[in-house]
Amino acid sequence: MRFLTLALVAVACVAAPARSDELTGTLKKIKETGIITLGYRESSVPFSYLDDKQQPVGFALDICRKIVDAVKTELKLEKLDVKLNPVTSATRIPLLANGTVDLECGSTTNNLDRQKQVAYTNTHFLTATRLVTKKSANIKSLDDLKGKTIVSTAGTTNIKQMNELNTAKKLGMTILSGKDHAESFLMVETDRAVAFAMDDILLASLVASSKDPAAFEISKDALSPAEPYGIMLPKNDPAFKKVADEATAAFYKSDGPALFKKWFQQPIPPKGLNLNFALSPQLEKMLSSPKDSPDPAAY
Amino acid sequence: MGGFDFDVIQRSLPYLFYEGMAFTLQLTLIATLGGVALGTVLALMRLSGQGALAGFANAYTTLFRSLPLVLVIFWCYFLLPYIGAWLTGADRPIKVGAFNSTVITFTLFEAAFFAEIMRAGIQSIPRGQAAAGYALGLTYSQVMGRIVLPQAFRNMLPVLLTQTIVLFQDTSLVYVISLTDFLGAASKIAQRDGRLVEMYVFAALVYFVISFALSQLVRTLQARFAVKR
Amino acid sequence: MEDRKRRGHPMKYNWNWGVFWEASPEGTGTYGELLIAGLGWTIVTALCAWILALAIGTTVGVMRTLPSKWANILAACWVELFRNIPILVQLFVWFYVVPELLPKAWGTAIKQMPNAAFVTAVVGLGFATSARVAEQVRAGIQSLPAGQAMAASALGLTLPQAYRHVLLPRAFRVVLPPLTSEFLNLIKNTSVGLTIGLLELTARARSMQEYSAQVFEAFTAATLLYLLLNVVVVSAVRALERRVAIPGQVGT
Repeated sequence: MRFLTLALVAVACVAAPARSDELTGTLKKIKETGIITLGYRESSVPFSYLDDKQQPVGFALDICRKIVDAVKTELKLEKLDVKLNPVTSATRIPLLANGTVDLECGSTTNNLDRQKQVAYTNTHFLTATRLVTKKSANIKSLDDLKGKTIVSTAGTTNIKQMNELNTAKKLGMTILSGKDHAESFLMVETDRAVAFAMDDILLASLVASSKDPAAFEISKDALSPAEPYGIMLPKNDPAFKKVADEATAAFYKSDGPALFKKWFQQPIPPKGLNLNFALSPQLEKMLSSPKDSPDPAAY
Repeated sequence: MGGFDFDVIQRSLPYLFYEGMAFTLQLTLIATLGGVALGTVLALMRLSGQGALAGFANAYTTLFRSLPLVLVIFWCYFLLPYIGAWLTGADRPIKVGAFNSTVITFTLFEAAFFAEIMRAGIQSIPRGQAAAGYALGLTYSQVMGRIVLPQAFRNMLPVLLTQTIVLFQDTSLVYVISLTDFLGAASKIAQRDGRLVEMYVFAALVYFVISFALSQLVRTLQARFAVKR
Repeated sequence: MEDRKRRGHPMKYNWNWGVFWEASPEGTGTYGELLIAGLGWTIVTALCAWILALAIGTTVGVMRTLPSKWANILAACWVELFRNIPILVQLFVWFYVVPELLPKAWGTAIKQMPNAAFVTAVVGLGFATSARVAEQVRAGIQSLPAGQAMAASALGLTLPQAYRHVLLPRAFRVVLPPLTSEFLNLIKNTSVGLTIGLLELTARARSMQEYSAQVFEAFTAATLLYLLLNVVVVSAVRALERRVAIPGQVGT
């Protein structure tokens, strides 16, 4: 590692004075390569998921495309290729850190732990952890889960919360980890797990798009405060973050409610499902005064 | 489950094959060629009789043969951009991309196995042949390139192909990083349409038919070579 | 300069080798303990699957050398079936398909076993490995001089007795080295179990990476543990080889 650092310093010393433009980090890379790579999720409906042609679409992807436009303008590029790379909850942070993706467009909770590795632009959603169960399983509270098998998605804050709850309340639950939300939901659908702990909005979408939505119920009580979702970008890259922050802030204020309507209150691909999710005052405030705080109390 | 739904398979055939299988076959082909090339170099290093080279080749093959491929896939996907930056002296991780990353992973990993096969192949050529070559004034590269390696390849062809079948099956492990190979495509459809039974049985069948056909081919080849020797 | 270095390289990695002594969020101990527990599952899964693979593999391998034509065909089908489907696909079939094909009550019972992933991994890996063991056992038996079987029957041994007392003990000594590499392969293949939720070493390294974001430390530790496991198994088999060697036999 020291060698790597030395090499980096040496390169910086040699290369730095030679360049006239002051671009750094991601912007510099995008300018040089003419390519920006967006990380997308496969089953984070309606934020970032695959449509019936297996193309990534969603609320967060639309926001990312606005950031791409802003980057293109900022760098005065005539053409900017957008590459798409699938990420999972488990791979998104390392892939962002190692430059495989430049923006992660999904449903990633913004928290201080993760800010040690990545940065976030303005929050695009607020959601709390809840449980989805089969109605037939008759789970009313956390206590009903004692000794049962539950599932959450690997690499999420939710699985971490469940592990902490499991230890704190001595519930003795077996906690499985799914690769993505579809796989986790499948565990409940096929009776491998009695409950799936996840952000309520994702659960609502999974239930709505399942074969038999009436068979499932989402717990009334939230297991966490409403936490912010943000689009991730590389850490310590203020120039890139500035472009992303300005683009998202302007976009949320002008078109936020319309975009919200498009993905949460109208039929969406692949099956023309309508989530009928109301724009709460809290979410309205988030759109009208954009911020990137990881603190749930700030919203 | 309500009966076996052939329709879901039929509807998704273009996606399964044009996207999924195309990825699987590309990866198999490139990694085989790369793996055999790198493996041959490693085998030559191992047999070179020079301490450092042989030691490196030995350490390389032992390392990769001791590690699970799944772990190596994660390693490379996360680490290659940093190695790229280090090699090129760039000031930030180099963008490698998912496909290139898997190609490099499988080439590096399978090279360890191809190296062992090529080593056996080279050792199967009587020493006298190389000695005769040197006596005729040929250089090392001429002896290897024109006498030893062509025969080693021919003798080892069935084993190399068998390893390629293993490689073909191993590519399914890119599932762990969510890429759309044949299995990835099948599982995406399976999860989207709730048709796990159909899609996984179909995937198993397709892999079986291809691997079985190839292994029969290898057997035929083996029989033919056995007669010649 | 200093400022440029820090700002200009936004994706530098923060090393922290002390992470293994930090508490993991699962509340069961440190990250180091998390990995060791994973190593434990890797070993237990590999051993259980190996016992299954040896039992089935020996039976199928013997069947391939029997005079009965049907035993031969059946055994050949078994080997081809399990050898030509990727292990990951086999695990998915065991995990997602088989319980659906059973009567509903059975399927549900299987799916709700507390260790469903472990049992599925043992069965899946055991069956898959049995095909490879069978091929080795067959090769071992066929490598013995034909006179051995004849001598056994001349001594009045029945066919089962001949296999039990003459052919198999010798065949196993012959195929001990290839069986060792099959066992090493099996240890590595347990990592495929992470796709169905088995919390073995690679899965633990991955979840440590997720929680702590120290991806290199996690994977380096896992790599070293796999290498260590490999060395231990290889040395153990060497010792076994010396113990069971028949004096005067070449190559043992």
